[in-house]
Amino acid sequence: MEMYRSHVMICRGTGCTSANSEQIAKNFEEEIKKHGLEKEVVVERTGCFGLCALGPIVIIYPEASFYSLVKPEDVEEIVKEHLVKGRVVKRLLYAESVEEDRIKSINEVDFYKKQVRVALRNCGIINPENIDEYIAFDGYKALAKVLTEMTPVQVIDTVKKSGLRGRGGAGFPTGMKWEFASKSHNEQKYVLCNADEGDPGAFMDRSVLEGDPHSVIEAMTIAGYAIGANQGYIYVRAEYPIAVKRLAIAISQAREYGLLGKGIMGTNFNFDLEVRLGAGAFVCGEETALIASIEGQRGMPRPRPPFPAVKGLFGKPTILNNVETYANICPIFLNGPEWFASMGTEKSKGTKVFALGGKINNTGLVEIPMGTTMREVIYEIGGGCPNGKKYKAAQTGGPSGGCIPASHLDVAIDYENLIALGSMMGSGGLIVMDEDNCMVDIARYFLDFTVDESCGKCTPCREGTKRMLEILERITEGKGEESDIEKLETLAKNIKNSALCGLGQTAPNPILSTLKYFRDEYEAHIRDKKCPAGVCQALLSYTVIDEKCKGCGICAKQCPVSCISGQPKTVYKINSDKCIKCGVCMTKCPFKAIEKK
Amino acid sequence: MNCCNGCHNQGYEKLNPVFEKYRNKPGSLISVLQEAQELYGYLSMELMDYIAENIGVKPAKVHGVATFYTQFRLKPVGKYLILLCQGTACHVNGADAVKEAITEELSIEEGETTSDNLFTLNNVACLGCCSLSPVMMINGETFGKLTPAKTKEILREFKARESKSAEVTA
Ligand SMILES: Cc1cc2nc3c(=O)[nH]c(=O)nc-3n(C[C@H](O)[C@H](O)[C@H](O)COP(=O)(O)O)c2cc1C
Ligand code: FES
Repeated sequence: MEMYRSHVMICRGTGCTSANSEQIAKNFEEEIKKHGLEKEVVVERTGCFGLCALGPIVIIYPEASFYSLVKPEDVEEIVKEHLVKGRVVKRLLYAESVEEDRIKSINEVDFYKKQVRVALRNCGIINPENIDEYIAFDGYKALAKVLTEMTPVQVIDTVKKSGLRGRGGAGFPTGMKWEFASKSHNEQKYVLCNADEGDPGAFMDRSVLEGDPHSVIEAMTIAGYAIGANQGYIYVRAEYPIAVKRLAIAISQAREYGLLGKGIMGTNFNFDLEVRLGAGAFVCGEETALIASIEGQRGMPRPRPPFPAVKGLFGKPTILNNVETYANICPIFLNGPEWFASMGTEKSKGTKVFALGGKINNTGLVEIPMGTTMREVIYEIGGGCPNGKKYKAAQTGGPSGGCIPASHLDVAIDYENLIALGSMMGSGGLIVMDEDNCMVDIARYFLDFTVDESCGKCTPCREGTKRMLEILERITEGKGEESDIEKLETLAKNIKNSALCGLGQTAPNPILSTLKYFRDEYEAHIRDKKCPAGVCQALLSYTVIDEKCKGCGICAKQCPVSCISGQPKTVYKINSDKCIKCGVCMTKCPFKAIEKK
Repeated sequence: MNCCNGCHNQGYEKLNPVFEKYRNKPGSLISVLQEAQELYGYLSMELMDYIAENIGVKPAKVHGVATFYTQFRLKPVGKYLILLCQGTACHVNGADAVKEAITEELSIEEGETTSDNLFTLNNVACLGCCSLSPVMMINGETFGKLTPAKTKEILREFKARESKSAEVTA
C-alpha cells in the first residue's frame, strides 16, 4: 500500500452523509490537489465514528485531531492551516478536545474514554469499500486460522467458551445455537444474518454494515464451516441503501480474492453469500418470519419447535444471528475466547453497542463493556439531556422493551439486570426521554407501532394489541376511566402468555413498564384529566401568565380562530372553549408569557 | 381488466431481464417485486398479474405478498415522495408537529397524494439519522432538525421550484 504522511478520515455513515459529508470529501480532494499534496495526504471515506450529534466529522491522523460540525466551506482553511502549515484549526475542533495548553486526541475525550470497541473496531478507521484495508487490520486472519488449524467442533467450542450471546435481543448463547445446527444431519444447511434492524430509532447494525461489512462476511463464513453450510443469506432492510451497496461491493471483492466461493483459501471448503432485501415489515426480524420472507412468502412467523436449527430455510437446518453477534466473532478467534470472556459480567460477556438517541446531547453510537452502568452511558458518555432538562427515563429494547427511570440509573447493563427491571437489552436502541416527554404517550406510541406491524396471524396479538391501543388513546384524550389501568394489566398478561411469536409476547412490555414506574402519570390523565408533561393535546389548555404579559397583542393577531381577546397594553385572555390548541400563540409570544398545562 | 392476454403486457418488457436474473433462484418473488417497483414506480394490478404469469405463481400469492409488506405501493406516487420518520427518536423530538405541518401545507395524510400529483406522504420507521431528528426525506434528500415552520418553508420551496419550471415549459 502507498504510504502517506496524513490521513483525512471523513465519515460517510448515514448521519454524516445526510449532513453533506460527501461534499466535504470532494472539497478536501480538490484542495489537496490544489496544494499539490496528493502524494502526501490521502482522503478516506469511512464508516460511522459514533458521535453523530456533531456530524459531519473529520478526523486527521496521525494527530487524531477531531473536527466536528464541519461545513464544506471550512475545508479550504483546514487544508491550508493543518495540512500545509501543520497548525490545527482550533476553531473547528470538537470543543471538548481543546484544553488551554494542549489538544486531546479523540481517545481521551469523555465520549470515547469509557468505550471499548470490539464490534465497531474498524468503523471509522478503514474504508469499507476497500478489502485491502480490512485485510491490513487483521481481516480474514481469523478465517485462515479456522480453516487451516481448527475442526468445526473446536470452532464451536471456542465460541461457547467466549460466552458470546446473541445481540439481536434475546441473548441466546451463540455457540449453543451453532452446536444444535451442526448436529442436525443434512447435505444442505444455511447461515443467515439478521440485518433487519426493526427497532425504530436504532442503527447499530446499519453502522457495522456501512463501516465494516467484511467483518460480517468473514464471521458468516466461519459459521458456515462450523455447522457445515455452503450458502448464506444476509437479510437487510431496503431502507438502508448505503449498507446494501457496501455489502454488495464487499461480497464481490471477497469472491475476487477467493475468500468466498469454491475452495476458499485453497481448502476444500465452499461458501457463498447472497443479499436479500427486506420489504418493510418489523415482524420479519423474528426468525421464522425472516425465513418465510427469504423464501418469498408473506413474512409470518410459525410456532416453534421445530427450531430453525432443525428445520429452517427451505426446510433445511439453519442458523440465524444478528449483525453485531457476527461482528464479535473474528476478534474471539484472534484474541482467544478467554480475552472476550474477561470483559463484562458473570453471565453477559463482551461489549454491547447502543444507539443513543432522543433527548441526549451526544446522540450516536457507543460500544461499552457489559456491566457499565446506565448512568455512565447517559451522563459520562452521552453528556446528559440537552438544555438542562431533567432526565426522566430511557427506553431500551424498543417496542419490545421497557423504560429505566432515574431511580435505577445505577444498574449495571447486562441481559439479566435489564429483564429484572422490566426492560430488556434488545438490539441496542437506547432512547432518552426528559421531563417534557409523557410516558403514557410513549406507551401509546409503541402500541401504535405494534398494532401497525402485527402480522395478523394470531388473535391475541391482532386483537389484543388493538384493544390496548384503544384504551391508551382514550386515556391520552382525557376519556380514561378508573378501571382502565386494571384492564390494561389483564390484557397485557393474557397477550404475553398466549401470543404466537415474540412480537405479541413482548408488545405489552412498554405499557407494563411505564405503569410500573410512572403510574402517577396514568392516574393524572385518568383522574385529573391532566398531562403532567404537557404533551397530550386534548388535555392541555393554554393560558396567559398575567405577570409576564406586556399587552403587545401579537398572540391575538396570530391566533387562527381569534380566541384571544384584550386591548393593547393590558393583559390578554385566551378563551379555552374556542381554543384549538395549535400553540401558535405560545411560539409567537416574545415574552414567553403563555404556558400550556 | 383487459380483454385478452397480450395487449396489456405492452410496456413491461423492461422486466424480462429481471425474470431472467431470478429464473432459477428459489424464493425470489420479493426481489422481483422490488425491481418491478423500482422500474415502474408502483405495482398496478396488471403488473402484478403479468409477474405472476411470468414466474409461474398464482396471482393471489403475488397480491398477498405485495399487500403484506409496507414497501410495496399499489397506487402511483407523486413526483416528490416525502418519507416522514416516525421512529422513536423523532417521536420524542416532535415528529407529530412536523406531520401536522405537512398536512396543513399540502392537505394530505399518510399514504395520500396531492391532487396535482406532486407530493406523496409516507410514514417510515427510523431513517437512521436520529442525530438529526426529527427528520424527513424527500426523494432521497434528508432534511433534519425540523420544526413546523422549517418544514413548511421546505415544502414551499419545492412548490416554487415546480411553478417556475412550469412557467419555463409554458
Ligand atoms: C418481532 C421481533 C423482531 C425482531 N427483530 C430483530 C431485528 O431487527 N434484528 C435482530 O437481529 N433480531 C431481531 N429479533 C430477534 C430474532 O428473532 C433472533 O432472535 C435473532 O436475530 C437471533 O440472533 P442472535 O442470537 O444473534 O441475537 C426479533 C424478534 C422478534 C420477535
Ligand atoms: S428515529 Fe428518526 S431517524 Fe432515527
